[in-house]
Amino acid sequence: MEIFNVLRQQWPWYIAGPIIGLSVPLLLLAGNKMLGISSTLRQICAMCFPANIPFLKYKWKDQLWKIFFAVGLLLGGFIGGVLLKPITMPQISDATIKDMRLMGISYRENILPAEIYSWAHLLTWQNLLIVVGGGFLVGFGTRYAGGCTSGHGIFGLSTLQWPSLVAVVLFFASGILTANFILPLLLK
Amino acid sequence: MRNFLFLLIGTLFGITLLKADAVSWFRMQEMFRFQGFQMFGIFMTAIPTAALSVFLLKKFKIKTLDGKPIEIVKKEFNWGYVYGSLLFGVGWGLTGACPGPIYVQIGSGLTIAVVTLISALAGTWVYSYLKPKLPH
Repeated sequence: MEIFNVLRQQWPWYIAGPIIGLSVPLLLLAGNKMLGISSTLRQICAMCFPANIPFLKYKWKDQLWKIFFAVGLLLGGFIGGVLLKPITMPQISDATIKDMRLMGISYRENILPAEIYSWAHLLTWQNLLIVVGGGFLVGFGTRYAGGCTSGHGIFGLSTLQWPSLVAVVLFFASGILTANFILPLLLK
Repeated sequence: MRNFLFLLIGTLFGITLLKADAVSWFRMQEMFRFQGFQMFGIFMTAIPTAALSVFLLKKFKIKTLDGKPIEIVKKEFNWGYVYGSLLFGVGWGLTGACPGPIYVQIGSGLTIAVVTLISALAGTWVYSYLKPKLPH
């Protein structure tokens, strides 16, 4: 099946970008929902470990759509990554592959580098700092900032909200500095 | 029934993130080093597509499925946007993942990403606990 093989390859940005953008009007049409994925983390905390914290005591039952959306993301990962498993490795720029090799990271896996993200290698202090420390900052920082790449970057910017522009500029700048200057220190 | 729709939109979003390679640690490093166009191309088409769609929804006063007018809640600035974004950027640069891709990675069978998810949940929980004491 030709179409099947096309779907399995990496999708070009000019196909993927518009589909991602269309999630904004689709969510609005489906019930005035605003795209935002980091708030699913708050939702899970509120449902599972509220611990009498005021910020986690809200009517989470009214926000159950977030859980359905998050389960959709899991399902999307399964369909895209397992059922439509890519045949070839995505094309990453040679310069990036070379830089990663200098840091001891090889491009053998499609998504996550085995030298950091594997059960065999996770338990070094550097890798724990990257995965656990970094993951903690993703959860802490996005809630503190009131949104992430989707809520501020796509929804906020496309609805012309200046606070989102402030957030996007800062988290992008901070990501650039971290990836270029902090990550190499941890990996070398 | 309506929730099924949100599941469907999430699924489409997830497949697209995966197929666009936007859940890849390597792709994020490429973006943060300005060595490739894929991620920039995605943002540069996603945002205008969303903006144009919202503009059209408003212009033609299109209603939601249950017949209500489209409402977009304004985000009120507070200094948490600044401190939080700086911290999130560090996490993003290290893990190569923002919240969406973490779910997609797990769905694609990368069980190790559960560690990232649990860490992110811990971060959100600790923020919630400390919120009254933090500058905003």
